[in-house]
Amino acid sequence: MSLRSPRFAALAISILLLLTLPAWVGNPYYINIASQILFWAVVALALNVLVGYAGLVSLGHAGLFGMAGYTAGLLLQAGHGHLVADIAAIVATLLTSAIFAILSLRSTGIGFLMITLALGQILWGIAYRWASLTNGDNGVNITTRPEFLGINLANASAFYYATLVVFGLAVISMAVFVRSPFGASVRGTRDQARRMNALGYNVWLIRFMAFLISGFWTGVAGLLFVYYNQFISPQVMALQTSAEVLLMVISGGTGTLLGPVVGAAIVVIMKNVVSAYIERWNLVLGVIFVAIISFMPEGLVPGTARLWRYGWHRLTSRKPSAGDKPGDRAQ
Amino acid sequence: MTIERRTVLKGMLGTTALIAAPAVLRAQGAPFKIGLLTVKTGPLAQGGIQMEQGIAAFLKEKNGTLGGRKIELIVADTGGNPAGAKTKAQEVVERDNVNVILGPLAAFELLAITDYVREKQTPLISLAAAEDVTQRKANPFVIRPSATSAQTCHVMGDYAAKDMKYKRAATISEDFAFGYEQMAGFQRAFEDNGGKVVKKLWPPLVTPDYTPYIAQIGNVDCVFNGFAGSNPVKFMRAYADLGVKSKVPLLAGWTAMDDALLRSLGDEAVGVLSAAWYSADFESPSNKRFVAAMQKDYNVLPGGYSAGMYVAGQCVEAAIAKLGSKADDRKALADELHNVSLIDTPRGPVKFDKYGNVIGDVFIRKCERKDGKLVNTVIKRYPNVSQFWTYDETAFLAAPVYARDVPPAKNLE
Repeated sequence: MSLRSPRFAALAISILLLLTLPAWVGNPYYINIASQILFWAVVALALNVLVGYAGLVSLGHAGLFGMAGYTAGLLLQAGHGHLVADIAAIVATLLTSAIFAILSLRSTGIGFLMITLALGQILWGIAYRWASLTNGDNGVNITTRPEFLGINLANASAFYYATLVVFGLAVISMAVFVRSPFGASVRGTRDQARRMNALGYNVWLIRFMAFLISGFWTGVAGLLFVYYNQFISPQVMALQTSAEVLLMVISGGTGTLLGPVVGAAIVVIMKNVVSAYIERWNLVLGVIFVAIISFMPEGLVPGTARLWRYGWHRLTSRKPSAGDKPGDRAQ
Repeated sequence: MTIERRTVLKGMLGTTALIAAPAVLRAQGAPFKIGLLTVKTGPLAQGGIQMEQGIAAFLKEKNGTLGGRKIELIVADTGGNPAGAKTKAQEVVERDNVNVILGPLAAFELLAITDYVREKQTPLISLAAAEDVTQRKANPFVIRPSATSAQTCHVMGDYAAKDMKYKRAATISEDFAFGYEQMAGFQRAFEDNGGKVVKKLWPPLVTPDYTPYIAQIGNVDCVFNGFAGSNPVKFMRAYADLGVKSKVPLLAGWTAMDDALLRSLGDEAVGVLSAAWYSADFESPSNKRFVAAMQKDYNVLPGGYSAGMYVAGQCVEAAIAKLGSKADDRKALADELHNVSLIDTPRGPVKFDKYGNVIGDVFIRKCERKDGKLVNTVIKRYPNVSQFWTYDETAFLAAPVYARDVPPAKNLE
């Protein structure tokens, strides 16, 4: 990408906007909303590894998300330090992801979806019913946010920047992943699993690794969630969370870097900001999703890109070529 | 009926208050802001809407002015989940800078924001029943004018054993903390007075058919149920349809027989005894005004959710009146709210213990059909019931919080 290209300019502007967000947003409430968008975007990016690149639709990610949150929350409550709790949370989430993957990768498609759904519900059930450990639906409180390099994250802006750093790392790692040979092999298992197999690739192992990457970032986001809310209860592990994250990915655009981020922004803003003005915000959210699926079935980001290219083409040449009609998919 | 957010009772203020008290209005400074965290979407929405109606009815009665201060009401929909409650609490505190928060509705929502309101030094008046919020984890910024989960259930346990002379009871309630705490309170008071809880049943929160649970009830003198939301309607219907009701009397907690539910119920509810901290049938001047207003404005019989918010409004009014110009000091307001003592509220006299929980009356009501309509007639009134019932406060707090197996049920069969 050259320095003069419009993509570079857009990227530079977004980075600048994100970096200066607390300054131009001002009110801590909106800074907090921005933090929420960022950590939900991390979960959506994580799920996108499976849904978008590996072609495996999971409905169990809320379980992994909660696993990280609960592990950290319970260890903090037991008096351990933040570093110990955070590392343990990530390790626990990775182990859980490995178990999820071993069980669910026996199948693909609907089978995979159902197994992940069941596993996620089992974790929800444990959080809900094993009350002596998890305090049941009364949840776990976390009294303090960590300090990081001497900066206390209790402040809305400080927490925002911490989340932004994590988000940035997640986006970079996804970009590297997509461009890497491994990323290509993951897409290969999505498109032509049997051919990949015939070519000597271990399809199962590739999917397993993709699941671990997805689980890792879900765990990281779970940690951010629990530090943000300073509270976790079984609600967040329920199927609704998994479905919501899946909606973020699908509405934004599966298999794209930007799509899940846009999807997360839409859902968080509708849920938290628009709901303050429109009582029937659920309805509006539904209409938006239906509109996206009807007019841009590939998702908002690829769909907009398609329309943009089409419009650009119409503007620059009088004769649109056959390849750029609106019916074409971005992929 | 819908109250638009941020219209902030402007209409009411603009008309009634201006005509009624222009001098007072001119003398006032910035409005006193009340943030209502309620639930308007999802399965808890019914209770949430009643909460909003309750506080709106109170403010309307007061012409939008409490203790000489103009009131701005900001309503936020938490969606009935902890993360939503946290975000909305941040919204009303950090963006709208409210003086006091009313709500939220559910225990898990309250538990998600108690640390937050303490950190932000914002007083909160909640209806959510989670015991520990005013017990082992008491919070100087939280008061509760409704009741803890077990507060009315202790009374029901006592009444069932002493007045009704029941010996063997079964309990049935949803499988979550509010249910556990209610049943624990009933069991403790019932067994301390010679009764035995021989069966405890826990159907999940969403149960399409209660028949398998009702079939397990067995040989008992009474069944105590603690359902909430719309579950009591489903449960009572099944209980009557299976013919159990005519053989085993049914007792209920306050949410299971709330007055607001009566219009969804039929003959299956007649004869059910319930213990509640509010009854629409209660004869106090403010309750008569409140019930009349609710029937006029919303055409409903108010239940605990609306009445609780009305009482919360009265507490705010008393605190503002006492503090005067200092009412904007949130810490002073929180302290003053603990000292509030009211004689006439829709639930009778109200005062608070040092943990911020109400000490107030509990009614035993019997559901009857009068002039074709169901009413919960008050048949006994227990005055000044504390969250600790008759137990020693120190010992109560030293014991673990009520739970599914706390205190242990020793007489299960």
